[in-house]
Amino acid sequence: MSTLKLNQPPCETCPANARLAQMGLKMDRFDRVVALAGNPNTGKSTVFNALTGLKQHTGNWPGKTVTRAEGGFVFNNVRYKLVDLPGTYSLLSASQDEEVARNFLLFGQPDCTIVVTDATALERNLNLVLQVLEITDKVVVAVNLMDEARRKGLEIDTRSLSRDLGVPAVPIVARTGEGMQTLLSTMEEVITGQIITHPRRVQGPPEFQQAVETLARKVETLVPGLPNPRWIAIRLLDGDARIQQALVSGELATLMHAQQQADVRFSQKIALDGRQ
Amino acid sequence: MTDTPYPNREPSTAGEPLLQELLATAESLRPTLGSGFRDEMVNTLYREAEQLARRAVHTRADRRYDLDQKIDQLVTSPIFGLPIMLILLAAVFWVTIVGANVPSQMIASALFWFEERAAAWFTSLGIPWWITGFLWHGVYRGLAWVVSVMLPPMAIFFPIFTILEDLGYLPRVAFNLDFLFKKAGAHGKQALTMAMGFGCNAAGVIATRVIDSPRERLIAILTNNFVPCNGRFPTLIMLATVFVAASFPPAVASFAAAGSVVLVVLIGVFFTLAVSWALSRTILKGEASAFTLELPPYRVPNIGRILYTSLIDRTIFVLLRAMTTAAPAGAIIWILGNISVSGISLANHIAQFLNPLGLALGLDGVILLAYIIAIPANEIVVPTMLMVYLGTGMMTDLPNLGMLQSLLVGQHGWTLLTAINLMLFALLHNPCATTILTIYKETNSKKWAAVSVVITLGLAFVVTFLTASIARILGWVP
Repeated sequence: MSTLKLNQPPCETCPANARLAQMGLKMDRFDRVVALAGNPNTGKSTVFNALTGLKQHTGNWPGKTVTRAEGGFVFNNVRYKLVDLPGTYSLLSASQDEEVARNFLLFGQPDCTIVVTDATALERNLNLVLQVLEITDKVVVAVNLMDEARRKGLEIDTRSLSRDLGVPAVPIVARTGEGMQTLLSTMEEVITGQIITHPRRVQGPPEFQQAVETLARKVETLVPGLPNPRWIAIRLLDGDARIQQALVSGELATLMHAQQQADVRFSQKIALDGRQ
Repeated sequence: MTDTPYPNREPSTAGEPLLQELLATAESLRPTLGSGFRDEMVNTLYREAEQLARRAVHTRADRRYDLDQKIDQLVTSPIFGLPIMLILLAAVFWVTIVGANVPSQMIASALFWFEERAAAWFTSLGIPWWITGFLWHGVYRGLAWVVSVMLPPMAIFFPIFTILEDLGYLPRVAFNLDFLFKKAGAHGKQALTMAMGFGCNAAGVIATRVIDSPRERLIAILTNNFVPCNGRFPTLIMLATVFVAASFPPAVASFAAAGSVVLVVLIGVFFTLAVSWALSRTILKGEASAFTLELPPYRVPNIGRILYTSLIDRTIFVLLRAMTTAAPAGAIIWILGNISVSGISLANHIAQFLNPLGLALGLDGVILLAYIIAIPANEIVVPTMLMVYLGTGMMTDLPNLGMLQSLLVGQHGWTLLTAINLMLFALLHNPCATTILTIYKETNSKKWAAVSVVITLGLAFVVTFLTASIARILGWVP
């Protein structure tokens, strides 16, 4: 751990990165896992490169990146692993790219998911945000390409958006670094619980609600402590083979257990560091 | 409801009865929700997203968005969508053909002038004739052909193609063609992967990962090769310029050439659909599944990035790949042309052996020999073919590109049929080595990789044989 030089002096000339250290691929241990999700072409990889200092190739063909890229960064002395998921429009279908993204959100259980959205096409992007909110609570919405939106005469009310979504929405311009500092501190606050999120969940008709509730209760009995029984229930109702398989094989329970272990380790580390 | 069977894994024993009960409950609850349940869920998502966006986004002046929509209404309209697409395609080829003609000839004469000088210099130094011949008339000549016939069209075609790609036009193409794919029993996104195949078939094959159903994905993989890729476009454009254009009066020659390339692309799309249709009714049976295709916003292309992508990533990449295969190909041709058995060169022996098959396909033995030598990369088929003609002493004069047509017609009995069938063969024949390898990796099956070769090569033989036979029966060619 000493090799990481966690307490190196901040870079004087770049105040925006004062508490950020780009770690590229050099980090073998990390404290927290953060996922980057979002539609294709929203600047996810720009955010990824800005945080990790890596130069991941950004292709212009939707669906070209079907595997995930990983890198590291240190923010406020906490080591983060950043996972860049393939850009998808949805998490509902069974295409390979969407499954990679969905399985990571579900089974990888990142400590926080940053959904990068395109401010100039917010409606289409919110579709995916809503689907991510169904899976996980710990979400920060990064409203990227704010400069393009301004040029087009669009004003984005991120406060109202945060209120409606129940998770923080941060305006950024990943290319120039605008808002990145706020994005990171918001992410930190969501992870530490300083910001409690109340993600908006899609309601649907009453018979659907009832079916989901019935099933969610059974899921919870089967795998106690699962963070998202409701979502599992919806997928089971939809006949999702991957989720059934995860239940049958016990994969769900195993992954949840692993995550809880990681949480214990992290609390111990904080205790040792004397922080909090 | 589920497509994939349960895997044979050991279930966790602890929750076994609970688990069975859970799955049974899910099964029993599902029918109560009605068949439109999934659609309803998706619709709710869209409705909510729209509501949220309405509350959060305020528009000051939305002219640009309006413009986007107006353009989309036009380029994806049921009436104008397809014609606009065809006109755009034809315009791109026309600009390429007209623009590439003069630079191609200039580069060719400069490079071949250098070959003569260099060979003469070697001879004056007393270097053995076979070293001079192997290096300059073999390896160097191969490279010179590739550079002169491929570089100018690529340097014009790729930047234009990249601009269209950057603007966001390709997904619109997919949108326009979607209904055809649905009819063929294939996935609508196959139109998108096909459009990507125009860039590179290997990339197109990888892009099929966006298709959910394994069946439809396999169809998309097996048919991707029917659209000509960046590597084959220069071949087609060059054939169109040198052979098709020359058969028309000069006033309309360039239009005829561009038109013939468009026609070849359309034939490629036709075969994509026809083979998809046939596959989805035979070995890959099933219905087309529904999907949503997003049309990305139009973005102003970034000129620097376009020049970089099109010139470095594409032009130089394709050219280097062609050159690395052209140099050994040139060497092989020179050796075949200069080793004689019973007074006739090896190349002549092989070409004569292949000639009956070649003639039946409306081609000839030399062309087939060129195809065999050029298996590693489709890019170099035409240069290889010309080198075989030249290197075997079958064509003694060194022609410029303009004279090529008259020489081939005059000395080797080429007809318009030969040129057309060569274009058809270039369109339909087997994928390049890289693409075959990609198909193997993506399907993880040697069988499907082999099927992709059999289908394409088989069709190439059948189609060229048919056109040749019809042309002969109707008496157009001897």
